[in-house]
Amino acid sequence: MSLLLILTIVLPLAASLLIMAGADPRRTSLVAAVVNLAFSLVLFFGYDRTAGGWQFLSEWKILPKLGINMTLGADGLTLVMILLATLVTVSALWVAPKVEKYNGLYHVSLLFISAGVIGAFASLDVLFLYSFHELALIPTFLMIGIWGTGDRQAAAWKATIYLGLGSFVLLIGLIALYISIPSGHRTLDLRELDQLATSGVLHPSALIYLLLLVGFGSLVSLFPLHSWAPGAYACAPPPAAMLHAGVLKKFGLYGLIRIALPLFPEAMHELNGLLLLLVVGNILYIGYVTVSQKRLDWTIGYSSVMHMGYIFLGLASLNMIGVSGAALLMFAHGLSVAAAFALCGEIRRRTGTLEYSELGGIARTAPVLALLFGFATMASLGLPGFANFAGEVLVFFGATAAGSVMVIPVIVAVWGVVISAIYMLRAYRNVFWGPVVQRWESVADIASGAKWAVILLLLPLMIAGFYPQFILKMAGTALPH
Amino acid sequence: MNLSTVAWITLLAPLGAAALILLVTRTNRAAASGLAILSALIALVGGWTLFLNHAEGIYQGFNWIDFGKDFSIPFALALDPLSRTMLVVVTTISPLVFIYSLGYMKEEEGFWRFFAGLAIFLFSMLGIVLANNLVMMFIFWELVGVSSYILIGHYYGKPSAADAAKQAFLVNRIGDFGFMLGILLFWVATGTFDFSGVNDSAELFKAHPTLLAVSCVLIFCGTVGKSAQFPLHVWLPNSMEGPTPVSSLLHAATMVAAGVYLLARIFPILSASPDACEIVAWTGAITALGAGILATQQDDIKGILAYSTISQLGYMVTGAGLAISAALPMFHLFTHAFFKCLLFLTAGSVILGMHHEQNIWEMGGLRKKMPVTFLTYLCGMLALSGCFFFSGHYSKDLIMACAWEHHRGIFWVVVIAAALTPFYMTRQALVVFFGKPRSEHAEHAHESPLVMIVPLILLAIPAVCAGYAPVEHYFFHSVGSLTEPEVPHFVELVFGAAFVIGILAAFVIYRGAPAKDPIRIPAFHNRFYIDDFYFWIVRVIQGGFAKLCSFIDRWFIDGILVRGSATVVWTIGFALRFLQVGNIQAYALFFAAGVVGLLYLLLTIH
Repeated sequence: MSLLLILTIVLPLAASLLIMAGADPRRTSLVAAVVNLAFSLVLFFGYDRTAGGWQFLSEWKILPKLGINMTLGADGLTLVMILLATLVTVSALWVAPKVEKYNGLYHVSLLFISAGVIGAFASLDVLFLYSFHELALIPTFLMIGIWGTGDRQAAAWKATIYLGLGSFVLLIGLIALYISIPSGHRTLDLRELDQLATSGVLHPSALIYLLLLVGFGSLVSLFPLHSWAPGAYACAPPPAAMLHAGVLKKFGLYGLIRIALPLFPEAMHELNGLLLLLVVGNILYIGYVTVSQKRLDWTIGYSSVMHMGYIFLGLASLNMIGVSGAALLMFAHGLSVAAAFALCGEIRRRTGTLEYSELGGIARTAPVLALLFGFATMASLGLPGFANFAGEVLVFFGATAAGSVMVIPVIVAVWGVVISAIYMLRAYRNVFWGPVVQRWESVADIASGAKWAVILLLLPLMIAGFYPQFILKMAGTALPH
Repeated sequence: MNLSTVAWITLLAPLGAAALILLVTRTNRAAASGLAILSALIALVGGWTLFLNHAEGIYQGFNWIDFGKDFSIPFALALDPLSRTMLVVVTTISPLVFIYSLGYMKEEEGFWRFFAGLAIFLFSMLGIVLANNLVMMFIFWELVGVSSYILIGHYYGKPSAADAAKQAFLVNRIGDFGFMLGILLFWVATGTFDFSGVNDSAELFKAHPTLLAVSCVLIFCGTVGKSAQFPLHVWLPNSMEGPTPVSSLLHAATMVAAGVYLLARIFPILSASPDACEIVAWTGAITALGAGILATQQDDIKGILAYSTISQLGYMVTGAGLAISAALPMFHLFTHAFFKCLLFLTAGSVILGMHHEQNIWEMGGLRKKMPVTFLTYLCGMLALSGCFFFSGHYSKDLIMACAWEHHRGIFWVVVIAAALTPFYMTRQALVVFFGKPRSEHAEHAHESPLVMIVPLILLAIPAVCAGYAPVEHYFFHSVGSLTEPEVPHFVELVFGAAFVIGILAAFVIYRGAPAKDPIRIPAFHNRFYIDDFYFWIVRVIQGGFAKLCSFIDRWFIDGILVRGSATVVWTIGFALRFLQVGNIQAYALFFAAGVVGLLYLLLTIH
């Protein structure tokens, strides 16, 4: 089984090699992605929940003197995230068109993002956690820069600088953390770090937490470090936007759960006010920025920034209910935003525009596309029946349980549900409803392939919405009680 | 089959039907409508079985959320006198409306979409009725909201319908904002959101009157949204953009009454808080009066009925706010469901006969052309007006009599509203059914097909009888006490006078079949300008705030902070000149440099 975990990382890379060697890009990458999804399902259901803890471990000594080893392993949370990654990867490769320029590289980039992000989730060593993420980030920039639309150069450039700087701050934070460990105990292994924290050896200062928060935060588009996100997603080719907004962006949150929560309990408590302030910014301020958007892709881009606020709020509640809700939301948002970007791409491919003022009445000519987008809309605005709702409700309850400091953030967060409805329903109304605009009278409905690619995302979203325990029980194995 | 299984089948049959319609029978009209109707009939049998067998207790399902004993949200069904009676209302009316829709929607496109929407609605509504805790009720609360959205937006190509659907969803969400906060506050205070726990906690709450009042009022916000109470009433008249069967089932008989049902559900804690009750009762009374006034000046046949629904819901809410018995609002909900459903279906019959003309000033003289529609309409109209021997009379007078007993101020408000009801209904009846046809369509109007007529006749029976004492006793004796308070003789005279004055006034004004409305009061006609005011708020205040945020984001956060820092970085020459976008080597170098730098740092530190 531990071999299977390694394979989930190796397989996309191997497929990339094959494509570079001349194999058919689409077929090769899809086969690899589907097999990877099967692997992740086997791992997901093969994980022994009663035993809990890290399983499927494998280890290579790299620099034993420094305590640096490449250690792979998984607990329930890891497997939830890997399942998310493999689901979105299949869907993204499925909707990936045949591009004219560097078709092979296009698919290779997507596979690298997938491999990188799975590697990051499966790494128990902080150094590799970080490096795998970087590995996934670079092809994302490439994809925006080469195959993007609109002002792609500027978007790629901004995302590069922004995320590059964010990663740099994160790196400094991680190094500072390493230094703060009393020599002799120094390690980058998450398990050992946990032990050091529980045994009281570790006393990292709040400043290090702040560095991690800024570093991870800018990767997750925490307010006010968010402004790279909407433009990058609007310009990125749909599969890249799906993988980044859906999966790669969750890395920052994953990192906070893995590193900040267990190692910085006091600092998180101390600086919770700051985090809550930013959360309010994420939900209320970004929410209203989203309301004023005039294009579908920007709306979804900003909405994905806004919804991060809920996840941060779940983390900030510092209790089992809230953090579980955050984990469930990571999964749910990953799927729903990927579905939204996939459909957004389908619309753009048909109309060439995503301006609300130019669209309208597409439901008549493309009913299945409209139906699927309706599902994505409802998921995004947190309708019961989708996992997004379950996650949000848990975050509300978790935050409420965290005491009176949460009063304003909770009110804002619950109001945010209204804001989400405002912009998502407006988007749906403007794009799909109303009289058919003459230009779009002959717009074709969604193709069968893309349809199934989106259903692949919506189905688990609904399963986890009807029965959230399916995700919560797994994620719970990683969370402190 | 035990009752627990029956309850689960009742709930899940419509969901199954909706799923099958969506996945399998999208192109087959007969199969789509057949599945929906079949599921409604299953629910009918199930609902009555549960009622007749006095099903009682909690039927455990599974834990939707489960963190052990600290926190779990169960998914379970609660059967008690209250939910049983409500179950009968919902499951009895639904199949009639479903069958009626076969005739009404015959010519329409999107047939499957319509019936799938109805089935989802029925599932969600049954979920509200059977929910055993506030969170589960909230879940189904939102789901009826979305089925309402789908059904109002049935004619999505029409801008007004598309906007109405969106507005209905949003306004309800605003109410649900309060509802959710109320649930959270309630949970923090008591550690439960179970209805049985809610009832037990009334005692505990007496020690914290403010907390109790605040959480009750917050939960009541849900009612204000769903039951279209002032100030969130604006969506209901606009929801008439949906097909008429939808207006009948969702926006008159059942869904909008869910808010009243919620109040009945939390009645033990609501009635423990005088402050909250005062707010609830006044909200209802103001709504009853205000909507009654607006109904007098509407020209759309469904618009009049829509405002009358709001007004009647106001009575129910007032009834709950009087804090006497949960049965008081529920009794009016019960009678209202039948006669208002009937009224909307007769209106639908008229609309179909008139080739989708809805303006009453285009109608006239339909009494002879549509005799069955007319007679059944008369039953509904007299019941709504509070005519003696008709169901509405008993339930509405009971609320007014209780108001006299407990709250004189509210009494006078609802009595004035009670005089308006016969006025606007007589106006509607005279203009639509009497006099001479005012248009080509009215000349050639025809009676509706049998599939629509039969439900009308079936609904006319309860519209007349549902208020009689034996019926009331049968359905309500275990819900709560409904003893009529002793009122002075002159109060009874006031009730009678209100009815007579209303009818007479309408006769005097609309008797000679005028071609146009002889009265024109712009403020009433324009809905007190409340809709315009909200539109202004949304456009100017919210839109302005959103634009401001957007401006800040674009020119300050992105413009100065990001571009500024980027420029600084650039001028420092932070090795980024390698970063020609699209240059793979540069990226690889960047990445490699990062890793090497990291290793170097680690080594030196060591």
